[in-house]
Amino acid sequence: MSKMIVPLGPQHPALEEPESFTLMLEGERVAAATVALGYNHRGMEKAAESRTYVQNIYLLERICGICSHSHSTCYVQTVEALAGAEVPKRAQYIRALIGELERIHSHLLWLGIAGHEIGFMTLFMYAWKDREIVMDILEMLTGNRINYGMNMLGGVRRDITPEQGQKVLEALDALEERTEYYKNVILQEQTVAIRTLGVGRLSREDGLRLGATGPVLRAAGVVKDIRKDDPTEVYNELDFKVATDEHADVYGRTVVRVTELMESYHMIRQILRQIPDGPLSVKVPNRIPAGEAAARYEAPRGEDFHYTRSNGTDKPERVKVRAPTLANLAAITHMIDGGFLADVPIVIAAIDPCFSCTDRMVRVKDASSGRDDVWNWDKLRQYSIEWHKKRGQDLGYRI
Amino acid sequence: MQKENDILNSLSKKFPEIDISEAAVSVRKIYLSVPEEAFMNALKFLSAEFGFKNLCTVTGLDAGDGYEFIYHISDDEGVLMNLKFKTAGGDGVTIKSVLPIYQGATFYERELEGLLGVKVEGLPEGRQYPLPDNWPEGQYPMRKN
Repeated sequence: MSKMIVPLGPQHPALEEPESFTLMLEGERVAAATVALGYNHRGMEKAAESRTYVQNIYLLERICGICSHSHSTCYVQTVEALAGAEVPKRAQYIRALIGELERIHSHLLWLGIAGHEIGFMTLFMYAWKDREIVMDILEMLTGNRINYGMNMLGGVRRDITPEQGQKVLEALDALEERTEYYKNVILQEQTVAIRTLGVGRLSREDGLRLGATGPVLRAAGVVKDIRKDDPTEVYNELDFKVATDEHADVYGRTVVRVTELMESYHMIRQILRQIPDGPLSVKVPNRIPAGEAAARYEAPRGEDFHYTRSNGTDKPERVKVRAPTLANLAAITHMIDGGFLADVPIVIAAIDPCFSCTDRMVRVKDASSGRDDVWNWDKLRQYSIEWHKKRGQDLGYRI
Repeated sequence: MQKENDILNSLSKKFPEIDISEAAVSVRKIYLSVPEEAFMNALKFLSAEFGFKNLCTVTGLDAGDGYEFIYHISDDEGVLMNLKFKTAGGDGVTIKSVLPIYQGATFYERELEGLLGVKVEGLPEGRQYPLPDNWPEGQYPMRKN
């Protein structure tokens, strides 16, 4: 059997950080996979050294369009720890509210993408339509659909009114009803189960060994969530369960994310019930005393990590960021190994990398004959859907 | 902060060369500098005895009078240990890879090689990260000079 080498990427807009996979195929199975990264390195850590602590909030919020609030919260927590600032309770609750709304929009976005990758376009359209409910709420509260600009050093920049709180509750009712429906679809729809059960397996041991994080790890039965393990601000005042699953595959990752949606609704109701009156911020000086601080935050994709070293001036000596996708990349080559080429799109999508709208290229090269063929992501996805359709797994997608 | 202090005391008992009086401790967070020679054994000890099985990331920084490496490791109970050591600065600095302890460390260590220009002994061959292939040789953005 001839071996084929399939380079996937590097321009790979499905991913938060564009990356390049090289897949060695034996027939339809992936015999070996390697990953190369760094194509979207923007030098933000270096840039942060020449900006003030306040400017850096806005710089670091733009690391990721989807979990922007996670990054800015994680960063301001390090600076507040260095300055010894005690953030008022009301501000902490507002941060948690935006954080959970962000998780909802991120997970609904992912559910749609997962539907798209397996040819289940109805799920894609439903999930993204419903995501607009939470996007409208975020816009109402912050003025923006993404990059909310809510955080400042020492608190938050905007308050929420009781009327806004009421609108959030109404939106939650609608979202909860829809999420129940998705849960039923995932648990009862045979074809979804066939396309995802046993696909992209990552055992508990391998997940821990390779440093995986977030829903990828929780889907392998590991109870690990920064909101529980290292609770900052108000998370230890909220009652919630860590969503886990024992399937350790794409199916398990889907179940975990849908369960997390339900937990987030539950948490937001508590936040709106418990939020106290009071100031929104405390003053944090421009010059931060010399020291160092690290913070972790459970972003929708897993553990987000920030470290800040200060030197007594108004600019940091060093800012270090580790986004969750990087932690999951060591595990992804392991998940692709031994699987079908047709399952690669959903396995990559299942770690929930970020998505943009540009096309991506896949160069298919026959290693024995040197025959060269260029596929784009659509063609690979099409191949994947057709391949499964021939085996009777049809989710109704028609070209 | 009983657990945090227990960890520090055990480390100091096992490795007399580690000075814990300079350690900074807050709830679930420890910042500790160790001599370079003691670093790898201390890391192994923390992983094996105290369950610090997860490497969050590695920070490399140019402190002016040398390089500083901070290994951020965490356990299942939410404790984050920031274990640091210092080396000389400039070209030709070599440190050892932590891959035998943390198998997810590849990209974090490659980043040290790419951005700070240190050699990490024990890293498998591979493309540099995160700088592009055509990045000029000998240019390391995270150095302060």
